Amino acid sequence: MADATALLSIRDLTVEFSLPDGPLRAVDGLSLDVGRGEVVGLVGESGSGKSVTALSVLRLLEGVARYPSGRIEWRAEGRPVDMLQLPEPRLRAIRGAEIGMVFQEPMTSLNPLHTIGRQLAEAIRLHRVATAADVRREVVEWLERVGLPEAHRRLDAWPHELSGGERQRVMIAMALINRPALLIADEPTTALDVTIQAQIVELVARLRAELGMAVLWITHDLGLLRRLADRIAVMYQGRKVEEGPADRILTSPQHPYTQRLVNALPAGGPAPVPPEAREVIAVEGLRVEFPVRRGLLRREVGAVRALAGLSLRLAEGESVGLVGESGSGKTTVALALLRLWARGMVRQTGAVVYQGRDLGALSRAELRGLRREMQIVFQDPFASLNPRMTVGQIVGEGLAVHEPALSSAERERRVGESLAALGLEAAHAHRYPHEFSGGQRQRIALARALVLRPRLVVLDEPTSALDVSLQAEIVNLLRAIQRERRVAFLLISHDLRVVRALCHRVIVLRRGEVVEQGPTAEVLSAPRSAYTRALIAAAFDYRAVEGPAA
Amino acid sequence: MSPLVRWSPLTRRRWAAFRANRRGFVSAILFVALLAVSLASPWLAADRPWVVRLDGRWYWPLWQTVTEADLGGVFETAADFRDPYVVETLIRARGGWLWWPPIPYGYDTVDLDAPGPAPAPPDRRHWLGTDDLGRDVLARVLHGLRLSLLFGITLTLVSAVIGTLLGLWQGFAGGWVDLIAQRLIELWGAMPRLYILIIMSAVIEPGFGSLLSILLFFSWMSLVHVVRAETLRARNFDYVRAARALGVPEWRIAIRHVLPNALVAAMTYLPFQLAGSLTMLTSLDFLGLGLPPGSPSLGEMLQQGKANLHAPWLGLTAFIALAALFMLVVFIGEAARDAFDPRTTLSSRGAR
Repeated sequence: MADATALLSIRDLTVEFSLPDGPLRAVDGLSLDVGRGEVVGLVGESGSGKSVTALSVLRLLEGVARYPSGRIEWRAEGRPVDMLQLPEPRLRAIRGAEIGMVFQEPMTSLNPLHTIGRQLAEAIRLHRVATAADVRREVVEWLERVGLPEAHRRLDAWPHELSGGERQRVMIAMALINRPALLIADEPTTALDVTIQAQIVELVARLRAELGMAVLWITHDLGLLRRLADRIAVMYQGRKVEEGPADRILTSPQHPYTQRLVNALPAGGPAPVPPEAREVIAVEGLRVEFPVRRGLLRREVGAVRALAGLSLRLAEGESVGLVGESGSGKTTVALALLRLWARGMVRQTGAVVYQGRDLGALSRAELRGLRREMQIVFQDPFASLNPRMTVGQIVGEGLAVHEPALSSAERERRVGESLAALGLEAAHAHRYPHEFSGGQRQRIALARALVLRPRLVVLDEPTSALDVSLQAEIVNLLRAIQRERRVAFLLISHDLRVVRALCHRVIVLRRGEVVEQGPTAEVLSAPRSAYTRALIAAAFDYRAVEGPAA
Repeated sequence: MSPLVRWSPLTRRRWAAFRANRRGFVSAILFVALLAVSLASPWLAADRPWVVRLDGRWYWPLWQTVTEADLGGVFETAADFRDPYVVETLIRARGGWLWWPPIPYGYDTVDLDAPGPAPAPPDRRHWLGTDDLGRDVLARVLHGLRLSLLFGITLTLVSAVIGTLLGLWQGFAGGWVDLIAQRLIELWGAMPRLYILIIMSAVIEPGFGSLLSILLFFSWMSLVHVVRAETLRARNFDYVRAARALGVPEWRIAIRHVLPNALVAAMTYLPFQLAGSLTMLTSLDFLGLGLPPGSPSLGEMLQQGKANLHAPWLGLTAFIALAALFMLVVFIGEAARDAFDPRTTLSSRGAR
């Protein structure tokens, strides 16, 4: 598909990194075109080389990466230039003026020491000469354009005063303020909540229609591109494995990896709860406050409410989903239920009754005895495994505490069984966490929880740190475990697709308050509150709904 | 190949990162060599021979008391091997022989047979010259390094142990324990330590042990903050939470999951703290408030260099010895800091 008129032509690009144990080929012979005004989606899992490709276009990896072969041709005006050969001053004139870029992490891509107005003005002055009044007018205009209300009053706002979604809007304004011919977006919504993700996708779609620029959108979420892309290229292990019109890729993928990606969306629903199932845990009017302390003696001067009155019941083999944006109090529920607070950090009221015993009334030792029946799996499988311990030690730690009489051979056998049940090998017990991929690590974390044969497992965003292609796998695994062992799950997630596939009932939280609750199918098909409707539209269609602004 | 101790891959990667820093690694080798040589200084620089052979019998004056009577003399006191009567008349004249250490002077040996006045410039007799009392400078530097290093290492290790334990306790217990201990440390740290050291060393008879305890009064604080901060951070790690959720007792969480993190932070500080301890001892000695007069100390040699500007080898020797020592320690510290930095050794998560 060599197109001599394309805006950007990447030809046979190879990118290598020098590592202590030999070169690592991150991109291998990639060719890709982006036409004028075209939106191209570049999809792949982490480590597939998609971000390296994006950064290479602007030569942002200089000094880090090597380019044994390839050309990156840029044809903004007239004769084409090879970005890889361009002298530095010429390159700087292209960066930010002809090609704009938005990065993944909105928290770190703005300079915290300058106001947003000043950073935007700098973006203009780097490439054009303009009077102060003109610059100011243009900055205000752009802030309004990206949907920051009352823009003229927010010129002097500092980055920390903005939310994640607002910062990403400012980043987009900064990338587009010089009206570039191409916008490169490197997973700009991955760090955001689903509702805000939908708003950002909508914003870029609108701006692109207004300005007629081309977009190269990098993501691991194929579903997102349905709303946006004209053409999709799929990368796998540094190579392009498939490319074509968006509709064709999404409806009839050819390459096995693309097929796996398309089918990765979790489907189906949970097995019904048996009618004779006994109740495992009952929560009544749970409230959590964080005291605010000041002064030398840390007197309490106020409190931040994190959770205002939550009630829920969970039976054997049942799953309840807890959904909401970040800051809605989801994780607070998990920590409050299991009493995992560090001492003196919070004030917690309300009853948490586990099998007829009020957890608040138990001593620390009694609580420790009960812990084996209530387990938790955390969001980030990289942070939740101690890097200094072998997998066997990690999984066996709970056994050593709760069944100290077990011989070491017996413990090893139980650990091996648990690993095998989660699709790992018993031999993995002697290896260390860093030798495993994200999906495998999450299985190890599950094995650690399940080896104790718990009755309740709290799953705190168990799939959101994983690539989309792994989510369905973990969801199927969890369903199988629940069917076999009749464990009760409390699933915390902002992703309604996972909740739909796994939960019998769902509770929607917003700023610590319960907005809506009921059977999953009912809530999803006939949501009563506007907030729930916005969540559903964002999760399933990547559509932003008028309603609660971010 | 099955090593006795199985290092975790993290430790192995850190070791590899440390070795990859050539300057730090070479410094570490040189430092260990210097430590070994200076620790051996009582046998390398001594005023008694290693071995004496006389009348078919072996004598080991460095390890046993050899009296003049043993060698066929009159007195029942320890033989003075610097006395020509002992060496020439008693031993050589009777067909015996003796073997001297490479530097045949102790740190307090006054060379009474020197041809010129003290301080004497470097020559073949005294490689680095003599000081104003006619003592061999090389012997004094070696003994001085030994004393300084022993002192500094002991001080650093003891204060590291105290600091780590206190920091761990504070960070892990939190709440009132932390609050009160922090305020106490702030008060303690606000005291003018040099004045207190001067007053205390005037009251207490200075010596290795007493000086060590006086300096320990203040040096234990430096690590508490680091370890406490690291512990407070680790307390909220997911894997610490996971261990708590498993029902692992608190003390076991502290030892297995939190302490290794805190230790890493402490270890990177150790070389710099060692440098600090060495500076402290040297400055006290320089001011005359440190080790008792006559002890081989680098600070005292600096003092001599200042008093005898016409004998530059005194000041230069002390300066070069101290500068080299600090440089090695700081280079090792830098390499250790980089090796323990997760950004250099844990890059497997890096974005691609």
